[in-house]
Amino acid sequence: MNMPRRLLIEQGGAGHRGPALPACDVPQRPLAELLPGVALRAELVFPQVSEPEVVRHFTELSTLNHHVDRGFYPLGSCTMKYNPKIDEELAGLAGFAKAHPLAGDDATQGALRVMAAVQRLLADITGFAAVTTQPAAGAHGELTGLLLIRAYHRARGEGEKRRRVIVPDSAHGTNPASVSLVGYETVVIPSGPDATVDLEALAKALDDRTAAVMLTVPNTVGLFEPRVREVTRLAHQAGAQCYMDGANLNALVGRVRPGDLGFDVMHINVHKTFSTPHGGGGPGGGPVAVAKHLEPFLPAPIAVLQQDGRLRLDWERPQSIGRVHSFNGNFGILLRALAYMLTLGPEGLAEVSRVAILNANYLMRRLAKTYDLPNPQHCMHEFVLSGRGLKKYGVKTLDVAKRLLDFGVHAPTVYFPLIVEEALMIEPTETETFDRLDHFASVMERIAAEAAEDAELLHQAPHTTPVGRLDEARASREPRLRWSVP
Amino acid sequence: MSFVGLTRDEEQRMLVEIGVGRFEELLAAVPKDVLLEHPPLIPGPLSEIELRRLLGNWSRENHAAEMVSFQGGGVYDHWIPAAVDTLANRSEFVTAYTPYQPEVAQGTLTAIFEFQSMMAELTGCDVANASMYDGATATVEAALLARRQTGRKRVVVAGMVHPHTVAVLRTYLDAAEVTVVKDAAGLAAAAGVQAAVGSDAACVVYQQPNFFGLLEDSVALHAAAHGAGALAIAVCDPIALALLEPPGRTGADLVVGEAQCLGNPMSFGGPLLGYFAAKQSLLRGLPGRLVAETVDRQGRRGFVLTLQTREQHIRREKATSNICTNQGLMALRATIHMGLLGRLGMREVAELCVQKSHHAARLATGIPGYALAFEAPFFREFVLRCPVEARRVVEAGVEFGVSPGINLGRFRPEWQDLLLVAVTELREAQEIDRWAETLRKAGAAR
Amino acid sequence: MGYPDDVRYTAEHEWARLEKGIVTIGVTSYATEQLGDVVFVELPETGARLEALKAFGVIEAVKTVSDLFAPVSGEVLERNGALADNPALVNQDPFGEGWILRIRPSDPAEHAKLMSNVDYEKHVEEQHA
Repeated sequence: MNMPRRLLIEQGGAGHRGPALPACDVPQRPLAELLPGVALRAELVFPQVSEPEVVRHFTELSTLNHHVDRGFYPLGSCTMKYNPKIDEELAGLAGFAKAHPLAGDDATQGALRVMAAVQRLLADITGFAAVTTQPAAGAHGELTGLLLIRAYHRARGEGEKRRRVIVPDSAHGTNPASVSLVGYETVVIPSGPDATVDLEALAKALDDRTAAVMLTVPNTVGLFEPRVREVTRLAHQAGAQCYMDGANLNALVGRVRPGDLGFDVMHINVHKTFSTPHGGGGPGGGPVAVAKHLEPFLPAPIAVLQQDGRLRLDWERPQSIGRVHSFNGNFGILLRALAYMLTLGPEGLAEVSRVAILNANYLMRRLAKTYDLPNPQHCMHEFVLSGRGLKKYGVKTLDVAKRLLDFGVHAPTVYFPLIVEEALMIEPTETETFDRLDHFASVMERIAAEAAEDAELLHQAPHTTPVGRLDEARASREPRLRWSVP
Repeated sequence: MSFVGLTRDEEQRMLVEIGVGRFEELLAAVPKDVLLEHPPLIPGPLSEIELRRLLGNWSRENHAAEMVSFQGGGVYDHWIPAAVDTLANRSEFVTAYTPYQPEVAQGTLTAIFEFQSMMAELTGCDVANASMYDGATATVEAALLARRQTGRKRVVVAGMVHPHTVAVLRTYLDAAEVTVVKDAAGLAAAAGVQAAVGSDAACVVYQQPNFFGLLEDSVALHAAAHGAGALAIAVCDPIALALLEPPGRTGADLVVGEAQCLGNPMSFGGPLLGYFAAKQSLLRGLPGRLVAETVDRQGRRGFVLTLQTREQHIRREKATSNICTNQGLMALRATIHMGLLGRLGMREVAELCVQKSHHAARLATGIPGYALAFEAPFFREFVLRCPVEARRVVEAGVEFGVSPGINLGRFRPEWQDLLLVAVTELREAQEIDRWAETLRKAGAAR
Repeated sequence: MGYPDDVRYTAEHEWARLEKGIVTIGVTSYATEQLGDVVFVELPETGARLEALKAFGVIEAVKTVSDLFAPVSGEVLERNGALADNPALVNQDPFGEGWILRIRPSDPAEHAKLMSNVDYEKHVEEQHA
């Protein structure tokens, strides 16, 4: 039988050790002399494992993960596209990896070139005037965008009055959470019957207390808001600013610019649209792009190109909202995004959105034969199905999701957006081939058939994964969040 | 190129299945006048060969990367064992998604659990989360938690917390809500803190070692906070924690900070690694992801995300934070790093930092015109008062291939003769000698 | 199916039992079915004042969380201490051992205004339709 899977603390022991450090090559003094009166810790209860076993440990752990390099992740709004390897190589170059952020502009011209290029390219792609690279993730970008909007209203003497943000009920949870973090109030408006913004509801909710309207375009059921410019016009008329959640930018790159739709500010998820790897939960990047009138409020510093061709960090930004990150954001991640944008070029951008939309529509029509499709019109880069048709067999969307895992495919996003019952949100992305899409569709069809014939098989799924369904209630009731030392 | 794999024939079949004649019909909902005729004119497309050339050239313009680094200020040049890259670069970790389907994500989840376990041990706290963006935002989230917990608004910053951390605090909070208590001889003075705390402070935040590299009296600061009913928040360097009595054991309610120094490259200040640890009673108010141990239906041990009802995707506007994507892969690197170093290695690294930094300080104080700016004990970093502007010392370093430290004048004009110097286990005696030569040369040029 | 007739109901799926001037409240079996395994119940302190139909606490399941609404106004006399260690009681015995709070009602008439078990059952059927 196989060796049982153990945690680091359950292996090795005294006498096992990892790679060695060199002996101290400077004259040493007793710690008590160097750190007088400083309390030192008596013990550090840490693993003691040899290097070969540490390597085996993490190597084995890695084999337990589904990952994009291995198979499909049809996760709606996550844009799990291929992560190019050349980007990894370039981000690891010593010239970038070993650059200290406080080394001074003269000694870090290369890093500043990257920052300036990222700022420029993202602004051009999205149709905005300027970009800040500081936000480390989409939610961080949302917070930054809302702070920019707040600064804008304050500068016009309306900061105290305008404290409400309008958000559709289809929004991602980070939207209202970010609103709360800024100390604002979320006003939720219901979606219309076709899941797009209900203009009447919006008009009613807008008043002189509204700071902003937050929209995702395309929306979270994968539909482009046909009246989006009416939305932004109404908002501006009421004196509010318009924020775009850029999570679904993959549908728009190269063919629509959010800046042209009337938005004032947006965040960009580089770990979605711009292919940087998900890393098991991060790091990502949430740079924020703004229209001209918001540029003065951007976090400082911004990378600027001087007349003499050299770059510097511009700190002279008296109206800046201040820092939102220790330094300049997730630089290494933005570097990957830059390499990707340069690999695409203009034609590549357009190709990305084209095939993303094509793939999603193909899959949607295939699956509409077996699953409920709440919105029958052409979708953009993602679409939502409902699993309610399987309820009569006692099968839920959760069961479908778990059964998919047995076929080497990750489940789609489930139970989001909240406006669709038993939702399955599917986004293939442009890097999935026709064969992959076909396989996925066949598996989904098979699962629907299994629901009718053998619901229990689905209730007990997954069957072939390293662990089966886990007791999440137990994990919440008596949370064990750290290992027990044997 | 766009990494797409699609033949004309396949495309045709897809259009037929969809029921349209041309792709453009799929864009019916998009107003014609916002559809671009041509994509934005960005540079490219560049092939791999061209990309390597272009970005390779740019990377070589970062002269800082070629110099021996004595720079700290929140980001440090520490030893990263070879196996960290080998393991963390595996695409099973790199290209995996957030572990929302735990059955196919036990690799990621187990590693996070190990990260949480080791950070809890290191900090002396009961529980740690799966990471934050960086030390600065971790500090802010700790302050926000303290505000929710106490119902009070004011955040007291005790002494020399990193200026960038204070800056981020001031961005998230209103200026009136952040009180910075000035340092006395480089340290946070407990008496001054006590006076500032009053009865409306939610928390007292201090950094250990502080921005000047000096070691604070944590016990006194914890007492000053608790005496006024405020929470004590310690912003700690993880390597220092391998040696020092952890604040979680002497009364800190929250221990947070920057863990880039554990297995992560400097990378021009990002991606970094915030960590967040707390005592048990604050568990339900914690931001960020948490991984718990549990079992599956066959009794096999497994790990899952837990207490998700705190988080944005469920609690929405009432969530404890808005954080979704965190710094997962950097936390993995830190976990591997801590696993490789282990109990002995963690302490050895910390001790080498102490010995080497103190050796360097002794060399410096033997050079005419140089003196330690403060007397208090330090761990890995110290501040030198220079006979010339600190930026001149930095400039002098170019000739010796050394970045001798950080010119503190960039933070405040009255600090223009102060140099912040960090000496890690990576710095060998010869390099420290060259550094000393830099100081000597810069000082002689007066 | 039938819901107990010794309690009255709110539209938000809480129940209230009036006995000897004290009102005991909890959530219905329909609520627990919708929620799934209850993992935590967040309750006000004894002595806290509740207002009818206003949210007073939160009930958490693994992947969902719901506000708890007071069926009647009054003062909290007692919280069910057993729920801290064993929140599963709410699922196991929602109308009995899984009770949540005991209240001294400020307006005894409020209890009578709540739904009967028959009306509640109709209400649940309508929700499902």
